[in-house]
Amino acid sequence: MKLFRMLGRSIRDAIKSVIRNFSLSLASISCITITLIIVSVALIASFNVQNFTEAIEKDMTIVVFLENEANEDDVKKVEQEIKSISNVEKYTYQTKQEVKEKMQEESEVFNAVLDNWEDKDSPLKDTFQVKIKEITAIKNTAEKIEKIDKVSIVRYGEGMVDKMVKAFSSIQKITYGIVIALVIVTVFLIINTIKLTISARKREIGIMRLVGASNLTIKIPFIIEGMILGLFGSIVPVLVTTYGYLAFYEHFDGYLYSKLIQLIKPEPFIYQTSLIIVGIGILVGMIGSASAVKKYLKI
Amino acid sequence: MDLIRIKNVDKRYKNGVTAIYDLNLAIEKGSFVFVIGSSGSGKSTLIKMLYREEKPTKGQVIVGGLDVAKLKNKKVYKLRRKLGIVFQDYRLLPKLTVYENVAFALECIGEKKDIIRTKVLKALEDVGLKNKVHEYPGNLSGGEQQRVAIARAIVNDPKLLLCDEPTGNLDPEKSMEIMKVLESINKSRGTTIIMATHDKEIVNRMKKQVITLKDGHLVKFKQKGTYVE
Ligand SMILES: Nc1ncnc2c1ncn2[C@@H]1O[C@H](COP(=O)(O)OP(=O)(O)OP(=O)(O)O)[C@@H](O)[C@H]1O
Ligand SMILES: [Mg+2]
Repeated sequence: MKLFRMLGRSIRDAIKSVIRNFSLSLASISCITITLIIVSVALIASFNVQNFTEAIEKDMTIVVFLENEANEDDVKKVEQEIKSISNVEKYTYQTKQEVKEKMQEESEVFNAVLDNWEDKDSPLKDTFQVKIKEITAIKNTAEKIEKIDKVSIVRYGEGMVDKMVKAFSSIQKITYGIVIALVIVTVFLIINTIKLTISARKREIGIMRLVGASNLTIKIPFIIEGMILGLFGSIVPVLVTTYGYLAFYEHFDGYLYSKLIQLIKPEPFIYQTSLIIVGIGILVGMIGSASAVKKYLKI
Repeated sequence: MDLIRIKNVDKRYKNGVTAIYDLNLAIEKGSFVFVIGSSGSGKSTLIKMLYREEKPTKGQVIVGGLDVAKLKNKKVYKLRRKLGIVFQDYRLLPKLTVYENVAFALECIGEKKDIIRTKVLKALEDVGLKNKVHEYPGNLSGGEQQRVAIARAIVNDPKLLLCDEPTGNLDPEKSMEIMKVLESINKSRGTTIIMATHDKEIVNRMKKQVITLKDGHLVKFKQKGTYVE
């Protein structure tokens, strides 16, 4: 009961002073808003990247073609070497005969063409299909396999996947940098807003202290004020996140470029993201006000 | 029983000034004590140590069983809830009414609304301001403002009321009104009162206990004292 009474008072005081220091409060709120919009775009992007890299990872294979003259012993040696690479999850082996049969099964045209080829001048080769664990190391793994004796060609979705993963990771790094810088500016602005409130209420704080208000009772209104700034600052980002992602998802029909790159379904994803955004906003507000209280509230 | 016990207390400020030298005092519950002495003799310093605005540099200050010197910053509020404090400059909040100013002290410690109401009205009655409950401090005379401050200081029924020159800004007539209020609080509520002053007239008329300080030294502690330079 007592706690609720005190809390009610604190919230009332906090809202009053947000209104009283309107311009600085607005500056803090705007800064939080911008920060959170960028954070939310970064969050959505990185969740999606994670989602589809996982999907791609699942069916990412390296196809290893052996040289024509490789005999059974050679195949065994190659197999041993592939097995010993740590990034290899599992592999399957197909002789050129099996490859031929498989292709013939799949297409009438191949069936006719391949029938006319003798084994010795067949363009087909014995192959290993290798599944790997860590997609970011795919290039490295492919190169290792290529160096193995009797291996002629190694293929994987080189171009696109490789570039995409790299691009996303550098975009992520840049975003992190911007977000950290913005958070610092935001915290600084909040500290100044709260500092103003504290100095406006110096007299009141002095009296509170004299009549026996506990330190916590004195501090809480200011902390709540910071949290309110954070909360107000997260309203626009949440709306932008929610409606923006819905529109984006619908515009692209749920995937980018190819069916391989699936976007995360909006529900419940946008609610989770919104929650995280609000959480970050309140947290940043709290951190700012807590450090202001520590610095300027001499009690 | 002693409400306050001061043992071998020295107070030396950071700038090197020593305001109190080897002070030993015991003050009984329910007493009314004046602290007198010329300017700079250490009256305010003594009062400040009693409510832990300042810590003694050496020695022990015990108020109502609490060892003030050992009290951690975080726990100071526990001491403050046992006492009321009145200053020369009233220290009221100008945007709150008389009622709200007094109620503020109880809101700060999380008291219930109906209890606040009863206690505030009783305190305002004790200082004779029941008819000015909804006025703002700016519309009151100095004497009335000081009575509001006294009401705020006693509203939580403290054992001890500390006053640092409460009549310093008032003319003799208003000063005597304040003294009557303080005396009646001392009698009716049994509140121990310690009042720093350099008003000779008041001290001589009231015939209370008198502590005389001189350059930080206790020179006299008399039962029914008068003002001596
Ligand atoms: N915060 C402080 N820092 C340093 N020195 C102080 C401080 N407060 C008081 N002093 C010094 O301590 C001594 C005692 O001061 P104190 O305020 O206790 O005197 P006082 O008896 O209340 O005087 P007055 O009648 O003028 O109010 C003085 O020499 C004063 O300069
Ligand atoms: Mg003084």
